[in-house]
Amino acid sequence: MDKYISVILVGLIAGFIVRIILLKSDYRHYPAYPHGYFTHLALGFIAASLGAVAIPAIAKPDFVAVTFLVLAAQQFREIRNMERETLLKLEETKIISRGSDYIEGIARVFEARNYLVILTALATSGTVQWLGWQYGIIVALVCMFISAKLMKGPQIGKIADVIEAEIHFDGPILMVEDVVIGNVGMQQTRDKMLSEGIAVLIKPFDDDARLTLHSPGQRMAIIHDVASILGTKVDINEPELAPMARKNVDKGYIGFFIVPNEPDIEMLIEIIKRVPVLETARGTALKSHLGRKAAD
Amino acid sequence: MATEVSGLILAIVTTDVNKAAGGGCPIFVAADLEEQVKMSMYLSRITGGVVHDLGNGVYFIFKH
Repeated sequence: MDKYISVILVGLIAGFIVRIILLKSDYRHYPAYPHGYFTHLALGFIAASLGAVAIPAIAKPDFVAVTFLVLAAQQFREIRNMERETLLKLEETKIISRGSDYIEGIARVFEARNYLVILTALATSGTVQWLGWQYGIIVALVCMFISAKLMKGPQIGKIADVIEAEIHFDGPILMVEDVVIGNVGMQQTRDKMLSEGIAVLIKPFDDDARLTLHSPGQRMAIIHDVASILGTKVDINEPELAPMARKNVDKGYIGFFIVPNEPDIEMLIEIIKRVPVLETARGTALKSHLGRKAAD
Repeated sequence: MATEVSGLILAIVTTDVNKAAGGGCPIFVAADLEEQVKMSMYLSRITGGVVHDLGNGVYFIFKH
């Protein structure tokens, strides 16, 4: 029994540490409240204990317990629903919304993190069981490293170039270089946009990137991330200064325009480069035979 | 969940009544450009729509 306790304990601690590492609240403001943290830490603890007791249960051997563990693992599917529902509810009161693609991405990540916790706990406790706790700690460290690596998906900076661009008006039409953004009626608003607005062009490197940026969900994610860091001068019932990302339909690059509270163009470029490429928006044209043929 | 109408012209503001007729939304006739701009701004602030310019002296408020 003593042996099992050390096996379970090391696995549990390793899994729980992975959950803490992966639970960082960043600029996306989520989760940003203590209760959210607590919920996820508690679920992470449960996930870690599930992974940690699996090996001792098999070693004992208690196959009924193993079956129950598999059943319990199913519960983590609920996390995705929980996150999705919360974020969709919050969306109703947001002026700049995240968009359902972004929400789906976040929800999936939260679910996947718990599976990583289970796997870490499982691998660690297995190693402790058969090789001893010293090796267990090494495996735990390797798992933490891999988990952190796995959870860091591709970012816009990897698939596209972000360059500063000029805002101008063609009659009432707001343009970022040669990308048409929209029609602005009021002279007063136009002056404000010209003096306080900043803009960039997001130029995709290849056809896959172009398709990714083509997705409105991906563009909403970019707008949300920028607006939540640099701020925006949109208000309730005053949507005229809304940040916008529009495509040059001929050339496929994106013109992005915002009137921020912090007009810092370098930071704008940096923020856009760090926006995650959404799983649901990722273009994969070049992975198909016909896509590659069409591209040349 | 709140339901909101969008994708709709809420009002037309013009100085020349001959350039807008009929249709399903109110048409406001302004005496001059200054009044037109002012009316458009008030209307957009109240309705939460955006002022657009047709380029021929007709402004309209559109709910996006």
